Amino acid sequence: MAILSKKDTKLITDPFLDNNPITIQVLGICSALAITAELKASIVMAVSVLFVMGVGNVVISLMRNIIPSKIRIIVQLVIVASLVIMVDQFLKAYAYELSKTLSVFVGLIITNCIIMGRFEAFALGNGAWRSFLDGIGNAAGYGFILILVGFIRELLGSGTLLGIPVLGDPIEKSGLYSIGYENNGFMLLSPMALIVVGIIIWIQRSRNAALIEN
Amino acid sequence: MENKTDKNSYTILFAVGMVVVVGGILAFLATSLSPAISQNEKIEKQQNILYVLGINDNEGTNAIFVGTDVAPKEFEKNVTEQIVLTFKDGEITQTQTREEYMAETGQEPYLIDVKKQQTSQKNTGVRKLPLFIGKSPEGKTLYVAPIRGKGLWDAIWGYVAVDEDMIVQGTYFDHKAETPGLGANIKQRYFMDDFYGEHLLTEAGVFKGITVAKGNADPKNERKQDYKVDAIAGATITGDGVTAMIKKDLGLYLPYFQNLKN
Repeated sequence: MAILSKKDTKLITDPFLDNNPITIQVLGICSALAITAELKASIVMAVSVLFVMGVGNVVISLMRNIIPSKIRIIVQLVIVASLVIMVDQFLKAYAYELSKTLSVFVGLIITNCIIMGRFEAFALGNGAWRSFLDGIGNAAGYGFILILVGFIRELLGSGTLLGIPVLGDPIEKSGLYSIGYENNGFMLLSPMALIVVGIIIWIQRSRNAALIEN
Repeated sequence: MENKTDKNSYTILFAVGMVVVVGGILAFLATSLSPAISQNEKIEKQQNILYVLGINDNEGTNAIFVGTDVAPKEFEKNVTEQIVLTFKDGEITQTQTREEYMAETGQEPYLIDVKKQQTSQKNTGVRKLPLFIGKSPEGKTLYVAPIRGKGLWDAIWGYVAVDEDMIVQGTYFDHKAETPGLGANIKQRYFMDDFYGEHLLTEAGVFKGITVAKGNADPKNERKQDYKVDAIAGATITGDGVTAMIKKDLGLYLPYFQNLKN
């Protein structure tokens, strides 16, 4: 790691496990529940947030000395909202297909608590490069959980991954279904996302006692 | 530094400046990109209509439109007629050809904004109903109507192709902001293809529509006259929206098809 100092590397690796935005900071839960019924949607959301977090954190960090503290939350909101809308408009004009896939996520990205949380907690007090790393790290940690939950829910709920049947055909009763396996339709509903995230948190904390609050 | 950014005058100036700059950038972007965007939307409508006619590049279980480069040509070739019906106080009072409609409004019938027409129906009782007549790849004459309604979060819309007996020959649904993995799946083929062959009319010719039904005891969708297709688990409200828009919007076309038979 010649490019990144030890401290900088920690910025990226920490949010992955021991300081994961979803499982430890419990931020960004709303979108984690809403869109993880499918693996593809989880991946799209993870990539979008990665982009917005990286760029947004840098912009906020560069402006940190001129943003009036009284209205900083509003300023952050305006910046992230305009960033997302700009990208959305460009995609609509030059990559229409992609923009249709993303349209649902635009609102979810703007209101994602992780983005506001990192702006507030990190970018306002740190330089551009470190803010960029922090943004990427947190978005990756968020995306990792999102994709994990999406994987579990799609596999158990629909028996598919990325839309491709992997467990056989539930109507023709082939593959795993021939021995009596059934899809768990409950997995597709939001409450199950909460339970899956809960189980992940449980596993994580039982492996690392330092994470348990008194 | 601390003092300067804490002052009220600075805060207000900053807020005003930010709004002007951001507003300016967004307005500039929106204006300069709008021709490209509206062109994309136009081609998308053509692709949608071609899709329900059966002219598409479907592969496996994926719904794929014909390419944007060939869509206008294919549209010209396969959509042989566009007509506009004027719906007023419960009946169809006028039928215009594409040329007549364009002479009156300067607009292509396929670009008629269904949302505006629905509002007009609510307020004045008058609504323009576009209908596109085209040929499927098998040479069947099909009638395509646009429909629009409400899903869980926002608008849902689509196109339905029927034959002269109002038996569904193709559907395409789309949505603005339904939940990915749940309501958003109305644009998946496993849902849309279920409508194929479903009857909209009873034997006696009464418009019945198609209900997106939970607990449908016909998962393979072999019964085509039960006026039901299987719902998507976890997407009840979006499914109800599809049921409603088929009933409300397609039902209006019934007099046209009754005339066609006589």
